Amino acid sequence: MADFIFWIIWALIVASAALVAFGNNLIHSVFALMGTFLGVAGIYIFLNADFLAVTQIVVYVGGILVLLVFGIMLTNKISSAQISQSSVQKWLGLIVVLGVLTIILTAVLPHDWVGSITPMAFNETVAGIGKLLFTEYLILFEIASVLLLGALIGAATLARKEL
Amino acid sequence: MDQLNSYLILSAILFSLGLYTVVTRRNAVAILMGVELILNAANINFVAFSKFVTHSLDGHLISVFIIMLAAAEAAVALAIVLNLYNDRRHINVDEANALKQ
Amino acid sequence: MQEHYGIALAFGAVAFLLMYMGFIIQKLIAPNNKTELKMDTYECGEEPEGDGWLQFNIRFYVVALIFIIFDIEVVFLFLWAVVFKELGFLTFVEVFVFMAILIVGLAYAWVKGDLDWVKMKLKYGTGRYSAARLHEAETK
Repeated sequence: MADFIFWIIWALIVASAALVAFGNNLIHSVFALMGTFLGVAGIYIFLNADFLAVTQIVVYVGGILVLLVFGIMLTNKISSAQISQSSVQKWLGLIVVLGVLTIILTAVLPHDWVGSITPMAFNETVAGIGKLLFTEYLILFEIASVLLLGALIGAATLARKEL
Repeated sequence: MDQLNSYLILSAILFSLGLYTVVTRRNAVAILMGVELILNAANINFVAFSKFVTHSLDGHLISVFIIMLAAAEAAVALAIVLNLYNDRRHINVDEANALKQ
Repeated sequence: MQEHYGIALAFGAVAFLLMYMGFIIQKLIAPNNKTELKMDTYECGEEPEGDGWLQFNIRFYVVALIFIIFDIEVVFLFLWAVVFKELGFLTFVEVFVFMAILIVGLAYAWVKGDLDWVKMKLKYGTGRYSAARLHEAETK
């Protein structure tokens, strides 16, 4: 049963990401992106990453996706519900990307990453991540606040009509 | 579901679709969506290797930071896109090729 | 551990089904004869002018921006809250520094008037609603 659900989520991610890449309607693409994000949250649960799954939903679906929808609504003169988008150099892009995909898969798949060790099933990850964050990665945590401050001030300044 | 390769293949496909979106779309917001796909592919790899290879939580922590960076990047990039729209009345990146008008 | 997520997934599926059941049932049993008059926004009354889909005000974007930054702060604060008891008071200082730096950003947005919905008294602003211009208009 779990296997079946895993492959359903796998297919959902690939299908919705393909809709993002190949769809003609920008609004449909954004909603397909929501499917991708939710599917990736499901994949995190299969990888025993409970904290990341919730973070994915809270930040990506609740935050970034809303920002993207705002970006679409703010930059289109919407005279009908159809917001079309177009692509350039489709075939060249497809050839290049398929080449990249082949290179990645031929490089990654034959390698024996796992060896004989069994996969680690984390019971819960929140306390472990928190401990790492406040001991080993403390500087990273403080620098992150400076980066967020820069992003907030920069974006707010840029978005204001009169600079 | 208990094999590393199924996650690696998924991540590679997601990365390729994101790359295709970035290189072929003309709309700047659609390109941002492609960037988000690429970052998600990287995140899946980090978490999968954390479970199957390194057996530590460092990969999870890096993923939290990647999610944070993605949010900051989306915020700033969309502000730039809005300015481009105010200036040009369109956000097609292939036509935005002049430093000033 | 995994079976708990199975229960959550089952709950989600049931909720989704219950939500869509209404749509499906009304699709099956409701009479369906659309006319142009019926598909109007108001079946009787005002003729709608223009389109319902119009461009958003840019100020929504700034509010969403501030929201997403503090959304991420909550993610980090959650990690801190779980380990606070174990790691002691020093982490409190660390998180205080983190929050102080972020609150500088909030104060900036506040001072610049991004949080005011009606921008009539923009002390440090420039442009149409700046204090200098408003003063000019009052004294004229």
